[in-house]
Amino acid sequence: MPRRSYLIASAVVVLLLALLPLAGSRHAVDLTTEVMIYALFALSLNVLVGYTGNVSFGHAAYFAIGGYTCAILLTTHGWPLVLAMPAAVLLAGLVAGVVGFFCVRLTQIYFAMLTLAFAMLVWGVAFKWKEVTGGDDGLTGVKLPAMLANHVNYFYFTLVSVAIAIAALWVICHSAFGLTLVAVRENNVRAGFIGVDTRRMRWAAFTVAGAFGGLAGALFGMYHRGMYIENAFWTESAQVLIMVLLGGLYSFVGPIIGAAVLHLLQVFTNQYTPYWPTVLGLILLVIVLVLPDGLVGLVNRFKGRGRRS
Amino acid sequence: MTTTMFTLNAFYGLALAMNMFIIASGLNLIFGVLRVINFAHGMFYMFGAYIIFTVTKSWGAPFFVGVLASAAGLAVIALVIERLLLRHLYGKEHLMQLLFTFAVVLLMSDAAKMIWGTDQYSVGYPAGLGGAVNLGFVVLPQYQLFLCVVGPLIAIAMWLLVDKTRAGRIVRAATQDREMLAALGVNVPMVYAAVFTIGSALAGVGGALAAPRVALVPGMDATIINECFIIVIIGGLGHMWGSFVGALAFGFVVQFGTVWAPNWQDVLPYLLMLAVLIVRPWGLFGQPESGR
Repeated sequence: MPRRSYLIASAVVVLLLALLPLAGSRHAVDLTTEVMIYALFALSLNVLVGYTGNVSFGHAAYFAIGGYTCAILLTTHGWPLVLAMPAAVLLAGLVAGVVGFFCVRLTQIYFAMLTLAFAMLVWGVAFKWKEVTGGDDGLTGVKLPAMLANHVNYFYFTLVSVAIAIAALWVICHSAFGLTLVAVRENNVRAGFIGVDTRRMRWAAFTVAGAFGGLAGALFGMYHRGMYIENAFWTESAQVLIMVLLGGLYSFVGPIIGAAVLHLLQVFTNQYTPYWPTVLGLILLVIVLVLPDGLVGLVNRFKGRGRRS
Repeated sequence: MTTTMFTLNAFYGLALAMNMFIIASGLNLIFGVLRVINFAHGMFYMFGAYIIFTVTKSWGAPFFVGVLASAAGLAVIALVIERLLLRHLYGKEHLMQLLFTFAVVLLMSDAAKMIWGTDQYSVGYPAGLGGAVNLGFVVLPQYQLFLCVVGPLIAIAMWLLVDKTRAGRIVRAATQDREMLAALGVNVPMVYAAVFTIGSALAGVGGALAAPRVALVPGMDATIINECFIIVIIGGLGHMWGSFVGALAFGFVVQFGTVWAPNWQDVLPYLLMLAVLIVRPWGLFGQPESGR
C-alpha cells in the first residue's frame, strides 16, 4: 500500500481537478484534459525507460495504434465505446508484445534504434493504408457517444480513465514485478543470477508500456475527434521521452510533472512565437547538460542540501 | 518487365543506394567510433542540400564548388557542436547523447527556417552531367551514372583510410579501448572530433549530391534520417561494408517497390529491415554487443 500521505495527496489532486470545470474556463478545462492524456502517455513510457532502463524511441507507435484503433472502431465500424476502448488498449498491448519480443533481444542503443524502426513502420502503415486510416489527411470526424460530446463531460471521463490508469500503473510499478524491473535496470547480470528471467521481465514491461500508451492514444483521438499521422511520427516519440526526462526518470510522479510542464510551456510559447522547436531544443540542452535527473531530481537535490545544513 | 525496364530500375536503385550510402556511412562512422547515434545527421544532410543551393543558385558558383562548400560548411558546424557541447557528454548515458542530438535537430530546423524560409527549392544538374548515355538497349542519365561511380569511390577511400593508414588504425583503436589509446599517448578527444567532423561532412556531401535528385523542403531531414537508420541497422551498426550492403538492399527495394508495389514503397524498407533483424538481431555484418 502507498504511504498514507501519498494517498491523501493524490485524492486532493483528483478532487481539485474535479472542481476545475466549476471555474468556468473552457480553455483551462481543455488544457487540463490534454495534460492528463500526456501525463498518462509519459507515465506509460516511464515503465520502460525509468523502471527497466530501456530507452524506447518509438513509443508514439502504441499511442497511435490505440488512438487509431479506437477512432476507427467507433467511427467506421460503429462499435460502442465500452468495446472500442478496451479493444484499442488490447491491440496496442498486443502489438507492443510482438514488437517487444524482438526488441528485448537487444539492449541500450540497439534497442532504441529498433523501437524507432518499428515505430516508423507503424507510421508508414498509417500513412499508406489510406482506406482505413485516412492517410496523410488524417482520420477526422470521430464519432463519440452523445454523453461525451460535451467538453466538460469528456474532461470528467478523461479524469476518471487517467486516474484509474495511473493507479493501476502505481500498483504495477510498486509490485514485486516493478521492483524486479528496477533490479534488472540496476544490474542485469546480478538479477539474472538470482533467477530473474531478465529478458522476459523487460518484455513484460514493454507490453505494459505499450498497452497504457494505447489508452492514452485512445483518449487523445477521442478528445481531438481525429488521429493524424504526425501522432505516430518519431518526433512525437521524442517529445514524450523529453516529458519523462524533464520530470525525472527515477520517480513515479516525475513524468506527470514533465508532461504538464512541457505541454503548458508549448501552448504558451505557441501564443507568442512560431519557434517552439528552438525553445524545446534549449530545454533539452538544459536537461542533458545540467539536469539529467529532471525537475524531481532538482527538487530532491535542494531538499537534500537543506537537510544536511 | 522487359530487360530495358529492369536495367533502368536496377540502375536507378543503384544510384539511390550510392547516394544513401554516402550519407549513411557518415552516420555509421560516427556511431562506430563515438557510440553516439546522431539524430542530427538528417539535418546535416538537409543543410548540405541547402548550402549547395545557395552557393550555386544565389552565388552562381559551379556545382562541384557547391559540393565542397557543403562539405566544408558541415565540417565547421559539426566541429563547433562537438567541441562546444557534445564532448561533455561522452561519459554519460546513451539516452543523454541521443537527446542532445535531437536538441540539435530542433535548433537547426528553426535555424534553417530563418535562413531559407519554407519555400521549396531545386538544384540543377551540374554542367556536363545533365544528359544521358545511350547503351544501345537502354538510355541512362549521366548524373545517376556519376553517383554510381562516386559512391564506390567514397567506400573504397574510407576503407583505405580506416583499414590501411596509421590514422585509420588509431580510429579503429578508439572504437576498441579508448583509455588504453589515451595511455599510449594518442589525443583521443581529437580523434573523436575528427571523426565527428568527417562523418558530418559526409552528410553534407550526400545532401549536396542528392540536391539535383530531390526537392529541397523543410522536413526532408526527417525521412532521410530514418532511411539511414534502416540502412545501418540492416548492415550492422558500425560496420562500413555492412552499410554499403544495406544501402544497396535499400536502394533496390525502394526502386523495385515503386514499380511493383506503388504506394507501399515507403513501408517496404522497414519490412526488409524486420526480416533481417528476425534472422540476425545485430544486422547482416554486426556483432553481438559485448558487456551487458
